[in-house]
Amino acid sequence: MIVANRKTLEEILSMLKPYKKVLLLGCNECVTVCATGGEREVGVLASELRLSRAREDGEIEIREQTLERQCDHEYIDQVRPFVGEYEVILSMACGAGIQYVAEKYRDKVVLPAVNTTFLGVTLEQGVWSERCQGCGECILHLTGGVCPIARCAKSLLNGPCGGSFNGKCEVDKELDCGWQLIIDRLKELNQLEKYEEIIPIKDWTTSRDGGPRKRVREDLRL
Amino acid sequence: MRLSYPTNVKIVKVPCTGRVDTLLILKAFESGVDGVYLAGCLEGECHFLRGNLRAKKRVQYVKILLDEVGLGSGRLEMYNMSSAQGQRFAEVAREMTEKIRALGPSPIRKRVG
Repeated sequence: MIVANRKTLEEILSMLKPYKKVLLLGCNECVTVCATGGEREVGVLASELRLSRAREDGEIEIREQTLERQCDHEYIDQVRPFVGEYEVILSMACGAGIQYVAEKYRDKVVLPAVNTTFLGVTLEQGVWSERCQGCGECILHLTGGVCPIARCAKSLLNGPCGGSFNGKCEVDKELDCGWQLIIDRLKELNQLEKYEEIIPIKDWTTSRDGGPRKRVREDLRL
Repeated sequence: MRLSYPTNVKIVKVPCTGRVDTLLILKAFESGVDGVYLAGCLEGECHFLRGNLRAKKRVQYVKILLDEVGLGSGRLEMYNMSSAQGQRFAEVAREMTEKIRALGPSPIRKRVG
């Protein structure tokens, strides 16, 4: 899932300063699962904003709406009947959702309420961890199912480096060395011979090299 | 026991303090109350095992939110007492009332009723 962090209330309040009528949009997908921008978080943020404004004798009208997704226009269209009543849209979706809402309502100011951080997993309730950087060319079959791009601080293709100590990374003593994880896993799988193969220089053209990426499936197009 | 406690304390019954979530507390403040406290069972005595411990964590979290919105974290507290401690219940009600009186009314102008 895409993991995000909510911006501080102070930052959100400063963005909202000129506005009194706010459409607060949550998203039912990733940001709900990582407890950042789902229906519940929309309710909490709306309440915080109302309390802050009320304390300053300011007015604020907030409509709370949580869409199934903000990365599909069908769902974004659901707010079209009433979006005109609001001065600004405050979105709690990931960066993709926020931008798509802004693209669909060109005359509206769309503000981000969250910082989108990484593609990750839920380690336990309340703890999320990065697993993928979307480089566009997966090599997990070579590395025992552990990604060196996302999990090695240097994204080394042939590691570990000299900064690996007792299975931890030099950048943070709490951080597992990605390459140690790869070696351990390959050992478990009895595939250590894969570790001996040198992984050649990566073709980064599949990543951000050529600017924003696009995928088209002609057979699915209408 | 016929114990008396301040009349300004309004009780909201929940099956367990584990039921009390962030929004429930914030909504109370939005409605204009001056303070909120949770009266949970004694730690380790929760019928649902960890309800009161969950509530304790949530109270800590909402305290941060209350500081951020400018209401102040002191307006929210969590107490633990057993259902047999009527005396303690009345004592906490008085203690919290005094604490909130000292803090003054909520800066939120909207009032209930």
